[in-house]
Amino acid sequence: MLLNIKNLHVSIDGKEIIKGLNFSVNKGEIHAIMGPNGTGKSTLAAAITGREGYEITQGEIIFKGQVINDWSPDKRANEGVFLSFQYPIEIPGVSMTNFMRTALNARREYRKLPPVSAGDFLRKMEEKKKLVDIQSKLTNRSVNEGFSGGEKKKNEIFQMAMLEPELAILDETDSGLDIDALKVVANGVNQLKSGENAFIVITHYQRLLEYIVPDFVHVMYDGRIVKSGGKGLALELEERGYEWIKEQFDD
Amino acid sequence: MRDEKKNKDVLEEVTTGEYKYGFVTDIESDQAAKGLTEDTVRFISKKKNEPEWLLEFRLKAYRHWLTLEEPDWALLHHPPIDYQDIIYYSAPRPKKELENLDEIDPELLDTFNKLGISLEEQKRLSGVAVDAVIDSVSVKTTFQDTLAKHDIIFCSISDAVKNHPDLVKKYLGTVVPYTDNYFAALNSAVFSDGSFCYIPKGVRCPIELSTYFRINAANTGQFERTLLIADEGAYVSYLEGCTAPMRDENQLHAAIVEIVTYDDAEVKYSTVQNWYPGSKEGKGGIYNFVTKRGLCKGRNSKISWTQVETGSAITWKYPSCILLGDNSVGEFYSVAVTNNYQQADTGTKMIHIGKNTKSTIISKGISAGRSNNSYRGLVRVSKNADNARNYSQCDSLLLGDKCGAHTFPYIKTGNDTAIVEHEATTSKISDDQLFYCQQRGIDKEKAIGLIVNGYAKQVLNKLPMEFAVEAQKLLAITLEGSVG
Repeated sequence: MLLNIKNLHVSIDGKEIIKGLNFSVNKGEIHAIMGPNGTGKSTLAAAITGREGYEITQGEIIFKGQVINDWSPDKRANEGVFLSFQYPIEIPGVSMTNFMRTALNARREYRKLPPVSAGDFLRKMEEKKKLVDIQSKLTNRSVNEGFSGGEKKKNEIFQMAMLEPELAILDETDSGLDIDALKVVANGVNQLKSGENAFIVITHYQRLLEYIVPDFVHVMYDGRIVKSGGKGLALELEERGYEWIKEQFDD
Repeated sequence: MRDEKKNKDVLEEVTTGEYKYGFVTDIESDQAAKGLTEDTVRFISKKKNEPEWLLEFRLKAYRHWLTLEEPDWALLHHPPIDYQDIIYYSAPRPKKELENLDEIDPELLDTFNKLGISLEEQKRLSGVAVDAVIDSVSVKTTFQDTLAKHDIIFCSISDAVKNHPDLVKKYLGTVVPYTDNYFAALNSAVFSDGSFCYIPKGVRCPIELSTYFRINAANTGQFERTLLIADEGAYVSYLEGCTAPMRDENQLHAAIVEIVTYDDAEVKYSTVQNWYPGSKEGKGGIYNFVTKRGLCKGRNSKISWTQVETGSAITWKYPSCILLGDNSVGEFYSVAVTNNYQQADTGTKMIHIGKNTKSTIISKGISAGRSNNSYRGLVRVSKNADNARNYSQCDSLLLGDKCGAHTFPYIKTGNDTAIVEHEATTSKISDDQLFYCQQRGIDKEKAIGLIVNGYAKQVLNKLPMEFAVEAQKLLAITLEGSVG
């Protein structure tokens, strides 16, 4: 098992957002997490990646057999957890190239490997840029600065391709994407998918799941996973909305 | 391709680390008695076998200094300086004239090596001529031959006084008169050594010129004096960098740099200032009171100041340009980092006198710990300076919530055609930025270094890349440059 979450409770400023969540992911799987706004989907992503301010009050997050509750975000990242941000952050003056090289070398240092050679690095950049149709001028620009919404999302997938995580969490990657960009992003994910990694796709809509086909679909509501199923569940949600779920659990 | 270790950002190192260069070289000093009197001034002048006119210059400056009060307008706080408790002259005892590196005191060479300033390596790798100053007296000047071919004079100011007295006499004190300010008067009275550079008409200096300064004897004030003349159509890029050994007592440093450019001449003056900043608790550290000024005397002349200020307990420094010649250009690019208890009050003055003169000011302040970082700048457009243009951008970055950033821009325009722009921002490194970096595997400390370097990039890019030492450490060398 790649990721195993047991009875997870997460609070922000003392307010409990995730209220006893159980969830596990094996290598080679794609899991979709759906649900209405404010049910804790992004909080779950933040808890798995170790963001400050998200306090785990109960339960365990186990990644590759180790409890990672107390690990720093960078340690988790270097162990193979990746988050594609819903709102990628701008870092003025730091080129994408420099950022990526720093990240890649941080990972290599963590794994006691020598820094990547300039030649290897550039070859890798070229190869992965093609995967998500990223223009060279983009990697020479500052991180996410002046990128369009679509470019920012593609750039997240590009970084994922560069860092080759074992567990990638895509947080609302489809929001703000037109259909062409969506296809590019989905295509990138599908090419990166292997028997050695897994994806958690957080989304509101079925639309993305037409292109990234999940093995499992989970519905989150009020800080818990309240329903799980196959890809058919996503279609059902698309048709019926979330009201019936709410009605079922609001009592 | 440079290896990855060298690519590490030193800004990060200096904002978070302990000062690395704290060691003392034991060299027999030949020093003046403590305190400052007319006799001290005479002692210094005699030690250096100076001509009468220079002694007169010093004495006038000294007498003027006596009438002045230490300025207190800067946003700086320090215990009163006891000017009678300072040794004003100290020199390594010269054994004989040196002709090559083998003759340099091995201990001295070792000091350079510890600093990463191997003269040998520099000669070999970078083609940089180095006028190495240890405790006030020039020890070794390299690359004289190359420079001589172009009739470029680059030597210690003491040598210039001996060998080119007319030039020194003509320019010394013309840009920064001894009456300019308290510290300028003090420097003019007791300056011990420094660099002199003259680029003749139409000569583009083929190599970057560089001087390394070090404070080396306890209780010794360092009073450097630099004079740089670019004749018509001449060009030179000059780098000054300094590191000092760790000390408990406060050390006074009051330098003067004067630059004159004639028609179509250009001087690019870059500084990496890394004097001992004091301990993490705010004990010790260099007091750095510097007067730097350039005179764009000729038409179409240009003076560009670039500074990376990371050291000193106290920095008081306003590299300035007097834009006298029509169409002349002044530039000031600055990164000032303060950490722990450091205080910096730094900026520039752009004085527009000629017509169509332009100036650009880019100042990036970075404050951390309990430090205080102030930008203080003056843009003055005089009555006849038609079509003067100035653009100023002053940014402050705060790390933590116990430090301070301040901006004091002064603008005085006496001409209706002038256009003066001033922009200022204050920002903090956001948690979002840090988390984004960390999520990519970059730890917090490295992330801060990365973000700070990005913030300062606009200025760092102005530094000459060729410098193999401080500049190399300070610049985050990215792959961008080497690959299109």
